[in-house]
Amino acid sequence: MQRRRFLTGLGCSLAASPFVTPVSFAATGGEKRLVVIILRGGMDGMDALRPTGDPLFAQYRPRLAAERGLPLDGFYELHPALSDLMPLWKAGDLAFAPAVSTPYRDKRSHFDGQDLLEAGTGMDVTLPRDGWLNRLLQVMPGATSETAFSVGREDMRLLSGSAPVSSWSPEARLDMSPQARLLLQEVYHGDALFREAGEEAVLIADSLGVSSDDSFGMSKSEMREARTRAVQGSQAEVLARFAAARLNEHARIAAFSLPGWDTHRGQRAAMSRALGGLQGAVLTLKSELGANWGQTAVVAMTEFGRTARENGSVGTDHGTGGAMLLAGGAINGGRVFGDWPGLEEAVLYARRDLMPVTDVRAYPAWLMQGLFGVNQSALELSIFPGLKLQRDPGVLL
Amino acid sequence: MVFTPEKAAIRFGEGLSPQQTLPSSIDALLEQLTGPDHSAEAHQIPPFGALLPALSKVEDARKAYRRARGTEQEEARQNAFKRARRVLLGDRMRDHQQFLARSLTTDAPFRERLVRFWGDHFTSAPRQPFLAYTGPNYLEEAIRPHIAGRFADMLKAAVTHPSMLVYLDQVASFGPNSRAARGRRGLNENLAREVIELHSLGVGGAYTQRDVKQLAKLLTGLTAGFPKGFAFRPARAEPGAEQVLGRSYGGDAPSLDDIYAVLEDLATHPDTGAHLARKLAVHFCSDAPDEGMVASMADAYRDNSGALLSVYEAMLRHPFAWESFGQKVKQPIDFVTSSLRAIGLPAASLGKLSRKEMQSYLTGPMASMGQPWFRPLGPDGWAEAAEAWITPQGLAARLQWAMAAPSAFFRGLPDPRGFVETSLGSLADERLRFVAGAAETRREGIALVLASPGFQRR
Repeated sequence: MQRRRFLTGLGCSLAASPFVTPVSFAATGGEKRLVVIILRGGMDGMDALRPTGDPLFAQYRPRLAAERGLPLDGFYELHPALSDLMPLWKAGDLAFAPAVSTPYRDKRSHFDGQDLLEAGTGMDVTLPRDGWLNRLLQVMPGATSETAFSVGREDMRLLSGSAPVSSWSPEARLDMSPQARLLLQEVYHGDALFREAGEEAVLIADSLGVSSDDSFGMSKSEMREARTRAVQGSQAEVLARFAAARLNEHARIAAFSLPGWDTHRGQRAAMSRALGGLQGAVLTLKSELGANWGQTAVVAMTEFGRTARENGSVGTDHGTGGAMLLAGGAINGGRVFGDWPGLEEAVLYARRDLMPVTDVRAYPAWLMQGLFGVNQSALELSIFPGLKLQRDPGVLL
Repeated sequence: MVFTPEKAAIRFGEGLSPQQTLPSSIDALLEQLTGPDHSAEAHQIPPFGALLPALSKVEDARKAYRRARGTEQEEARQNAFKRARRVLLGDRMRDHQQFLARSLTTDAPFRERLVRFWGDHFTSAPRQPFLAYTGPNYLEEAIRPHIAGRFADMLKAAVTHPSMLVYLDQVASFGPNSRAARGRRGLNENLAREVIELHSLGVGGAYTQRDVKQLAKLLTGLTAGFPKGFAFRPARAEPGAEQVLGRSYGGDAPSLDDIYAVLEDLATHPDTGAHLARKLAVHFCSDAPDEGMVASMADAYRDNSGALLSVYEAMLRHPFAWESFGQKVKQPIDFVTSSLRAIGLPAASLGKLSRKEMQSYLTGPMASMGQPWFRPLGPDGWAEAAEAWITPQGLAARLQWAMAAPSAFFRGLPDPRGFVETSLGSLADERLRFVAGAAETRREGIALVLASPGFQRR
């Protein structure tokens, strides 16, 4: 009795709610796609992309560079753990930029560094709560809540902000009876944080087909399946596959992060593991995107590089200038962009770190310019406040 | 708004429980920290040091297996290693269960909350095999004894703990001019940086890269290994004095005393008091805490030489501690433990779970909620902001767990209408009371209460 009154009493407000009525995403115009991968922990750029042509390199890193890499262009070599990306390099689908950094300097904190990388500002402002990729959406005509997907369990600051985005983890599901959905809507009614996250969860789960109307008391097999999904949910290739599937539908922007770059010691093994994940992510994106790969640019960036010299424990400590990886059929690849600052102690930053020559924000800015037609003033004033955008060196085809 | 027993239990404890009485006053809350530790007695967890023989044994078995590869002995050694590992992991899983059991049954829940808070502040999550499962044992030894003591003592215990020395690479750091370096090995500044940036002054504190490097040199000599655990090895220590934050340490024969001296000074630095006061206020009260409350906590820290009890008291006696009720969202660990506590799950039920069931019912879902238990991504530990947890995927994982897990633990779930009262008492709103009664099944009714903002906020 009471239940029925409740159901009918809610009346017309139900129609609009994703808790009850399946809502489909609208398609956006444009076929270009952008994938941003945040490499958390400070990737050692000089190990991923090795400047073996610089005579000081071998001297600074006698143990880390003992195993030879794969020659790229006569000056740089690729870390052996990225060898499966060589075909992409040869096909012009892979590029690098050495000696890039955010405007972050001196304290070399991961957490401040990542915040700044995702906020996309300089050091001179209090960090805004939104991220630069969200500010892109704010100026993209026709962007909807499904234009950008934040993939994985982690909250990606890069995509947070006033423009609606989708956020989901590959293993997540939502199984609830219709009645429970209705009641949940009632419970979340007065709490904006829970209401919005709940509505989005329902919307995304329904549209991805990972919802059912059968909430389950966990049987052994269901639990086993959920456990397997949970274990896989954070793996690089699983994240990339999920991102590609979204990009093959309505999404045009996807972001996820890969951890494991803080290589203070035992760097050879740790770096191979982390680069293996990154390589797997790039190759998975390529194979899963199929024909759409040609319209796609992938950028992998990190909060800072590491010390120019290897440290006392066959690792590297927090530094400044790092490197960036660019991939995708839309990239004008097979080349290394930007200048090499050199490794003489006098030109190192604070006599210890690779000197940054290019603001790390310039590359995504050029990508946004070329892929989505974002104009320079929006880039310099709103998306990356304080960035002085130089001439595009031709990062896109 | 002022103190109420229910708010105190939810905000500064593990939530309501059908079994436990509520704290009657702020004094009663503080007494939870100074009284006898019944919970540790009822659910014992060996301190890390007590594991060293077992850890050494597995390590030895692993080495023996490695040496025997390709020989006739390989299979036997492999089996011996696997057996030793199985025993070790089984014991560690029991420690994890005991850790959870304390939260379900304790009569001093503020203590458990503070153990987790400080355990997060001093995050140590080594990835090395075997050490990876010793989180509860590390907390038992380095954190739990100090939560109501002086911060300096906790800092010393955590920073010199074998788990931390491995996690933040101190075991690989050598004074470049030390005897043991022999011109081949050298400095690793990971621990020194995090001691200043995370553990003491905070990233906003008044320090430079030079202080980090000098502290890294001063910390050389600290190391750990099997079977003895902690060690100070003068042969690894950088000769000469180091200047950290304008003070000189060492210079004579390398000594652990110099390291304790710098940690003492870091603990009493005014930036440290301010950093810790804000961090506590953010964890317990609000993502944007009242500045007056933070200042009074920092003052208490300064005036009482870093005695933590005085800082907690300053927080609890400030009106903001009660006015801001509901601004924080429970982290997954707190959501899970407070759910099980509210349902009244007997601690013995936890002990019956197999390793796979632990993963299925608890640790797997917590990872999906964004908190792989005892395995934070970095030394800065878990996020605080409500928005970091209540994402669509994070909330979906909470919903899935709320729908499925309680019934997996429990035959004969309580009536949802009664459950609203046991879990939220007078804080439950009418809407939730209605919803609990309107659900189609007990299972969904309980799930909706657990999923409600009223239950997930504190």
